Amino acid sequence: MSGTFVGMPAFPKAAQEAVGNPTLRANLRHATHTIRAKRAAAVAEVSDWAALREAGKQIKDHTLRHLDRYLVQLEESVTAAGGTVHWAADADEANRIVTRLVKETGESEVVKVKSMATQEIGLNEALEAEGIRAYETDLAELIVQLGKDRPSHILVPAIHRNRGEIRDIFAAEMSEWGRPAPEGLTDTPAELAEAARLHLREKFLRARVGVSGANFMVAETGTLVVVESEGNGRMCLTLPETLISVVGIEKIVPTWRDLEVFLQTLPRSSTAERMNPYTSTWTGTTDGDGPRTFHLVLLDNGRTDTLADEVGRQALRCIRCSACLNVCPVYERAGGHAYGSVYPGPIGAILSPQLRGTGSEIDASLPYASSLCGACYEVCPVAIDIPEVLVHLRERVVQGGPVTLEGNRTVLKPAKGHAAERAAMRAARWAFARPGALRAGQRLASRTRRLHPRTLPGPGRAWSGSRDLPPVPAEPFRDWWQRTNGGDAGEGRAK
Amino acid sequence: MSSREQILGRVRRALADVPRDGAPDGPDGPKKSDGPNRSDGSHGPGQVAGYEEAVAREYLREHGERSAAQTAELLAENLADYRALVHRCTEDELPSLIGRLFADHGTRTVLAPAGLDPAWLSATDVERVEDRAESTAHELDGVDSVVTACAVAIAETGTIVLDGGPDQGRRRITLVPDHHVCVVRVPGQVVSSVPQALERLDPARPLTWISGPSATSDIELDRVEGVHGPRTLEVVLVD
Repeated sequence: MSGTFVGMPAFPKAAQEAVGNPTLRANLRHATHTIRAKRAAAVAEVSDWAALREAGKQIKDHTLRHLDRYLVQLEESVTAAGGTVHWAADADEANRIVTRLVKETGESEVVKVKSMATQEIGLNEALEAEGIRAYETDLAELIVQLGKDRPSHILVPAIHRNRGEIRDIFAAEMSEWGRPAPEGLTDTPAELAEAARLHLREKFLRARVGVSGANFMVAETGTLVVVESEGNGRMCLTLPETLISVVGIEKIVPTWRDLEVFLQTLPRSSTAERMNPYTSTWTGTTDGDGPRTFHLVLLDNGRTDTLADEVGRQALRCIRCSACLNVCPVYERAGGHAYGSVYPGPIGAILSPQLRGTGSEIDASLPYASSLCGACYEVCPVAIDIPEVLVHLRERVVQGGPVTLEGNRTVLKPAKGHAAERAAMRAARWAFARPGALRAGQRLASRTRRLHPRTLPGPGRAWSGSRDLPPVPAEPFRDWWQRTNGGDAGEGRAK
Repeated sequence: MSSREQILGRVRRALADVPRDGAPDGPDGPKKSDGPNRSDGSHGPGQVAGYEEAVAREYLREHGERSAAQTAELLAENLADYRALVHRCTEDELPSLIGRLFADHGTRTVLAPAGLDPAWLSATDVERVEDRAESTAHELDGVDSVVTACAVAIAETGTIVLDGGPDQGRRRITLVPDHHVCVVRVPGQVVSSVPQALERLDPARPLTWISGPSATSDIELDRVEGVHGPRTLEVVLVD
């Protein structure tokens, strides 16, 4: 995956910082609770939700189990419809292909539809390095780009920003990139959207190259599907002369009919709407309508490694609706940046360590970025058992085991740093089995409470480094029970 | 080795645990496919044999039973719920209604696809701009309104679908101007559900599904209508 997030601290440290930021927490809480309630209502409207969810799961599972066949079929049908198919084994190769294709048009700027795949490979940065400017045109992506920030949510990348912050970013930064923000811009969402409309329209109308991802690719027909709300997608997909779509190989569905499942489950799960305002489908090129040249870049970048894991491969069913983020108690408090990846939240916690491997500190920490409460599994429209994969990946981190990395099977060593955890558990077992020792220890702890450090020494430091230590009470519970009336009933036994 | 071969090879190795005998999932069952089974166990081009049995489609073809009139009513309701302006009229009233919509919007120029029924614009004297392949996006940006027909409309979701037919024109004409008037024939063009709509549509054509005007929820998840597409969508249901 991209270098964008290299050097990120592990999840516990990043999350601790985020949790200490009250504005961020308030923005996130407001947003996730709003969408949570709306999604539940949108799902409750369709009586066959469980059957749609099961069908979505089965379609995706079937596709993954025969992915080679469907990739070849897709290539044939896209080519037959007038498109050109490219294969990219990793981020660098995808970036090289797109850069070359843009250069061949003679252009030095592109307009972009919001796309997780191009975020993942760091395409904007790669284009910038070659002198090509990429303009993000989704409102939230624009906010992130202008704010020199990183996205923190799959669907609403600027979810961590409130209207006041957005106003300030627009007023300060728009002139750097093109049309400045209107004088006296206020922080009402309608005015902010209008400012974005004016700023971006000049770019849409002159753009000759568009870059997109896709929500779905239909193997049978070669059709690509982009689901969006603002119309910026339609602008990028239809006004330029050249369209380049970078799409993960797992985004295939076998048949046109399969869209009937996902066009019902995706909008309701993501934006909690019956249907998103705009859905575009295109099959190759069409004479006289839309781009004259269409390139499809099929991206692996760790997906085949993920496919090789029999438990973890279900993460590739993901349709990027982001419902799991919005219900997650950990995401709600820590925010998306703490996950150190373009895929935050529960799905990010299982997808990123599989796409990138668990070699880095952040990736080894992600399977622990969960309370395992299961809410993410409940809302997932393709029934990915995220808790199951989290536990599986924890086991891999702690115990090591066979994995596939860049197509090669290898055996992972256990991660360091879990010895202290085992020692602590052994000590606890010893103390809990000896009531006298436990009582003495508790009394000692209470009497010395003013002397306690705020962090644990030695191996415990890792634990207390990202958590507030609970204060030791002035008196152990059992002493309090004895001293107060509560102790009456059990007096005989306590002595 | 090309990246294509590399990726396909990795996929095949990754699926070492999956039976590769051509059976879709689970034990062999009766197979239906677009190509006949061959004696060597492989299948012709096209999807994996037996796909139709591989997925349990126990979901509904439509949600609830409605008369044609009720379906049209639901379409109107759901369109309005997402801030489209909905009008109903008879075939005879259509030209004057369209004329009134232009007058109310202050329209001076209107884009109309080549195959549009000329009668629709017979009661208005706004200047008509042709949908020409060579006109630039900047030219379209100067046009006040666009009027089109549609391919199909979906009641349950409040969606109209354009397929680039002669009475709908190129995708960009319903995108760049700020005011879109779309005419839906009731009941002929109205279906209940997404599955029923997909059956009627040709994937080879470029399709645009429209559910209300352009909107964003990117600022504190507050829905704001009108970002990049037409900010006003008027749907006329013609009985």
